[in-house]
Amino acid sequence: MITPHADQLGRRLRQRLLTLASAFVVLGLSASVAVAETFVFTAIPDQDESRLKARFGKVSEYLAKELNVDVQYIPVKSYAAAVTAFRNNQVQLAWFGGLSGVRARLAVEGSRAIAQGEEDPYFHTYFIAHESVDLDASEEFPAAIAGRTFTFGSKGSTSGRLMPEFHIREQFGKAPDEVFSRVGFSGDHSRTIALVESGAYEIGAVNFKVWENEVALGDVDTSKVRVIWKTPPYPDYQWTIRGDVDERFGEGFSERVTAVLLGISDKEILDAFPRSKFVPAQNDDYKQILDVARQVDLLE
Amino acid sequence: MRTFSFASPLGVTLGLIAVTLFILPSADLAIIAIDPWTEMRRFGLGLLTPDFTHTGELIEAIALTLAFAFLGLVVSNVAGFFLSLVFQYRFIQVICAIIRSVHELFWALIFLQFFGLSPLTGLLAIGLPYSAIFAKVYAEIAEETPSPSAAMVDARAGPLNRYLYGRLPDLWPRFKTYSLYRLECGIRSSAVLGFVGLPTLGFYLETAFSEGKYSEVSALLILFYILIATIRTWVRLWTLPILGLGALVILPWGVVDIEASNVARFFTQDIVPSPLKQEGVGLAGLAPWFNHLFFEQIIPGAVATIQVTMLALVATGALAMIQFPWISPQFLGPVGRTAGHVGLVILRSTPEYLLAFLLLQFWGPSMLPAVVALALHNGAIIGHLVGRQTETITLRPDLPRRRTDLYFYEVMPRVYPQLLAFLFYRWEVIMRETAVFGMLGVATLGFYVDSAFAELRIDRAMVLIAATAILNIAIDQISRWLRSVARRSNDLTVSRPGLQLA
Repeated sequence: MITPHADQLGRRLRQRLLTLASAFVVLGLSASVAVAETFVFTAIPDQDESRLKARFGKVSEYLAKELNVDVQYIPVKSYAAAVTAFRNNQVQLAWFGGLSGVRARLAVEGSRAIAQGEEDPYFHTYFIAHESVDLDASEEFPAAIAGRTFTFGSKGSTSGRLMPEFHIREQFGKAPDEVFSRVGFSGDHSRTIALVESGAYEIGAVNFKVWENEVALGDVDTSKVRVIWKTPPYPDYQWTIRGDVDERFGEGFSERVTAVLLGISDKEILDAFPRSKFVPAQNDDYKQILDVARQVDLLE
Repeated sequence: MRTFSFASPLGVTLGLIAVTLFILPSADLAIIAIDPWTEMRRFGLGLLTPDFTHTGELIEAIALTLAFAFLGLVVSNVAGFFLSLVFQYRFIQVICAIIRSVHELFWALIFLQFFGLSPLTGLLAIGLPYSAIFAKVYAEIAEETPSPSAAMVDARAGPLNRYLYGRLPDLWPRFKTYSLYRLECGIRSSAVLGFVGLPTLGFYLETAFSEGKYSEVSALLILFYILIATIRTWVRLWTLPILGLGALVILPWGVVDIEASNVARFFTQDIVPSPLKQEGVGLAGLAPWFNHLFFEQIIPGAVATIQVTMLALVATGALAMIQFPWISPQFLGPVGRTAGHVGLVILRSTPEYLLAFLLLQFWGPSMLPAVVALALHNGAIIGHLVGRQTETITLRPDLPRRRTDLYFYEVMPRVYPQLLAFLFYRWEVIMRETAVFGMLGVATLGFYVDSAFAELRIDRAMVLIAATAILNIAIDQISRWLRSVARRSNDLTVSRPGLQLA
């Protein structure tokens, strides 16, 4: 039963909530006006999200300061989501891997690779193995991994999927699921390391930069997991920008973004990637990735 | 002496056992991780030490989870209501059946292609399939509910007034009950949408979990359970406008733009089979393109999906048999029953997808975590319904004294046909969920859907999703046929299973 007192209380509460709600509406409307011309960027989720957030939070601040526009970073859950957001013009700039970048530039006419890490033209994949696997590190492809369990990174990754799959097919002339007793996709490089370290998979393919970074930070138990092979070099990560940003943000905007990215000298930002510095990039730099992707049927 | 029938409880049970024995040898039920227990222990410890320090993010995730669920429910409730009025048309029934047969996560993946991370993606992913469900359930409710008020309406009243005053008053309470139950489902769906990138609970759960922050996972889960358990206190008629307005406002509308050209591109380019888009290939390339898809992906995916579905179905039935006594007055006192209720509520409120995700992290991507997750969730739902039923059955006065005798010779024979009927109502739901588990790495159809989206081959993804829909509709038909045969032979007495199974 409702006493008059309780009823009164209820009414007062309702009034307060209504006031609150209308305040929200006003806030919401003004916010949507303010974000009208925000420069939005994303990145492929190749690592733990807290790492990505720390890294791209810094980049976002830096870009906003240098370009003098509102900048926002949108985190996504998959490589494909990053490419789709770029394609739909919901982000104008992205930090892509080799393969995702090629996909994005094929999908958006006029988009360009503008900057890459100094290390990116000579990128590598490490094959890593659990301690229980009796295999020595070698210069040659470790053919003895056939028949074991194997994990890639994300399905759309260059270093965690495309290049290792390419070398596996080259070596054995068969698809990975015919070579190994079990094939998995960990999702990202941090998880690949964790899965091989725990023994969930015996062998894994991982981005060499992520491996070296996590080893340096002491996040890897190197008595449990070690590198057994390093792929030949290939081009990987890059910043890619849409061709139509100049129409939206003013003449010369894409050149300014390029210059600002190449000009990153803050050690804190560079270490977060980690890259020693950024250098110019062009679409043609990734021709090798395009060819390999077509060869292993990851691209029409 | 009775004649044996395959639609009898015995026949169905023997059939299920035979299917299980047939599937088991080829099913991949390995625990892949070498040491799954260390990680599970760490997780257990995390659950006991919830960490509420990241409250800002937690509250935002919870609020957005609610907002998507609530608005999705409002939209689908209205749309479903109007559809239910014309549900007698075969055309509407077929359209609704097709929409229902595709899982919310697949809808989300489709809408992501052109609406991106706009709130519209989440709203439609919930709103569209739920509209089709509301249409069907509301139509069924209307069919079954007698209309005493109708006689009191003046004969000269028009059709609208006749409906408003003669029909709606009888339907309203049942619509309301069902809507509340659906909202609960909506919150679960909304939470799971985070796994594909919407800013709901699943997004944070996935992140926290993969980084091993189990105490944060624990805090998120606790908030989630509280939210669902208290649903009846904060969803009232007078709170609806506030909830609606609040939901509209907090959804991040301004973050991304929606462009009509993206929608047009999706329908005119993305979903067109790739050979038709390649110059010099054309129609001739269509058959090899489809054959490849059919034999390399649809067939193995469908086989795995059926394997997991059937094993999960049997495991669900077995678990429900263990779980219903937890809340049954025949077996437990009030204290035990309360604990039983809490246990079943937690299992029921945890989305299957989330359970599967957790178990998969510990055990690796075999079929085992999928089967166990489905059995835990669905077993708790059926256990709850059967347990409630035992409250009303009258037992013979000379009861056997031993509990095992009571269980096997008195209670079980009375509830078993009903339990089986509930199980077959859940069959289709289990299958739809099984397909989607592929996105977590299990080899069901969803695995290939996920791969197709990862490779931006939308044309393939659409064919694969259509395949899951066809499989789902087929299972729904078989289940319907089984139930109708059973009803006719009057053996497997199917009483209305309660709205919780729809």
